[in-house]
Amino acid sequence: MAIEQNSKLLTMGEAIARYVPSGSSVLMGAAMEQLIPFAAGHELIRQDRRDLTLIGPISDILFDQLIGAGCVARVEAAWVGNVSAGVGYNLRRATEQGVPRPVEMIDYTNFTVALALHAAALGVPFLPTRSTLGSDVLARNPHLVEFRSPVGGEKLVAVEALAPDVAILHVQRADAQGNAHAWGGLGVQIDGARAARRVILVAEEIVEPEVIASDPNRTEIPGMLVSAVVHEPWGAHPSPVQGYYGRDHAFFHEYHERSRKREDFENWLREWVLGVENRAGYLERLGAERRGTLGVREHAWSAAVDFGY
Amino acid sequence: MRLGEPQAEACATRSGFTLGELMVAAAAREILDGEWVFVGMRLPLLAFLVAKRLHAPRAVGLYENGVIRVDPAPEMLYTMADPPNQRGATYCGEMTRVMSLLQQGCVDVGFLGAAEVDRHGNLNSTWGRRDGQVVRLPGSGGAGDIACLAKRTVVLMAHQPHRLVERVGYVTSPGYGTGGDWRSAIGLRAGSGPAAILTTMGVLRFDETGDAYLASVHPGVAVGQVVANTGWKLRVAADLGETPAPSAAELGVIREFDPEGFWTRQP
Repeated sequence: MAIEQNSKLLTMGEAIARYVPSGSSVLMGAAMEQLIPFAAGHELIRQDRRDLTLIGPISDILFDQLIGAGCVARVEAAWVGNVSAGVGYNLRRATEQGVPRPVEMIDYTNFTVALALHAAALGVPFLPTRSTLGSDVLARNPHLVEFRSPVGGEKLVAVEALAPDVAILHVQRADAQGNAHAWGGLGVQIDGARAARRVILVAEEIVEPEVIASDPNRTEIPGMLVSAVVHEPWGAHPSPVQGYYGRDHAFFHEYHERSRKREDFENWLREWVLGVENRAGYLERLGAERRGTLGVREHAWSAAVDFGY
Repeated sequence: MRLGEPQAEACATRSGFTLGELMVAAAAREILDGEWVFVGMRLPLLAFLVAKRLHAPRAVGLYENGVIRVDPAPEMLYTMADPPNQRGATYCGEMTRVMSLLQQGCVDVGFLGAAEVDRHGNLNSTWGRRDGQVVRLPGSGGAGDIACLAKRTVVLMAHQPHRLVERVGYVTSPGYGTGGDWRSAIGLRAGSGPAAILTTMGVLRFDETGDAYLASVHPGVAVGQVVANTGWKLRVAADLGETPAPSAAELGVIREFDPEGFWTRQP
């Protein structure tokens, strides 16, 4: 494929090195259980980033891995664990014992994470909600503040705008400028791209700009918001990418067992992250056979729409 | 939730169905035809399939990752974003497009799990305590939103004395607070709140003051056993019944979608 001169394409190593210094606040897992940017998270670990603030509604096991690797100072999220297997053992060790380091938890709910990002995306200081009234999430999170509505006088909660330094967003396809198509459940991905100061886009496929422009309603992220585009096939494994590969359930359950003890987790980390140079090395370890079992068994193409006039 | 109790096995050997299957069937019966349902995770994913197939064909499933389904997914799900749940969906898009309907008060019932519940149906899934030690739990996810905003909620829990407590140490998801008109006083919709707690031993429901009582026991479970495993002085309904066993039709649907027993036949 011919790459334009002003292409934003970088390798994952380059994108992380350039745009995610230690101390950054980073939004990941914005689409909930699919499109989780595991390849980017593993590169953060390899480049030894420290004192990160992780932002997301949930992140399945990615946040647990970054916490266990010692990269994280603070988590601002609704949920951290292993969606199909249960708790996150690294989260527990960090919060209960300070191992490998203490992590500060600022607890949200999914909807209040969405509203915090939506407020930043809209450029307003807060958005109101009825959610969290009466809860200790409201009582303990300094970014959630109860107030009386100036219209009607009801009790409401002000959710303070949250603008991450960087959003790392995985999508199905993008052009070299970062104009991106994504489909399936998108969680808070669209607001995340608008709320963050920078966006690193990770795509399964890089396509010609005409492909993206053919269906502008599917362009969830316009390229003008994007700083870097990384072409990383299978970059969301073990999470699923609709139309590309399914969820590797066994991988999540293996991780659950292998993260129960700190020593076992360190071995897991060496095997899958520190001991491989990049995503290509990870995929080699994963093996073609396992990838074959996760691939699309039956395609289901959407009908084309006519933008003609 | 996943089951880890000795009751699970006892139930299976005694009656031809597992405790997980009993709970899924009981959860499915909480969904009425035509209702909008926040489906959540784990056992309720199966309960929605059972309800849709058998008694609530017009129910609509809403998933907080941004998915709405009129026709349920054609196969077993481990998470709401699994590809089978997105293909053929009625809607796929943003979380706020689904949460907006929840906040408007359009969602009839939402399913929740938690590490701890108290007599007023308040749930803790954030900071627990065990043997005097603080335990970090995964957190709210969407549970706090559903507990505040759905018309009614149904809680699924393992029935253990350290899980059913007089007062939770941290309210992730508000139930009836301290009881009475607490929900409307703090700004939540009057008439909303928990409808039932389905445990591994029985079904708890709430009186008009928002206080839980034992409404039925599962087959083979003694009332005294339930009371002894509850961390407050549990009241027992005068017309206490037995939770109906899953029907052949219910078991058929459960086993069709969970043939390996991942959710319903945990050791």
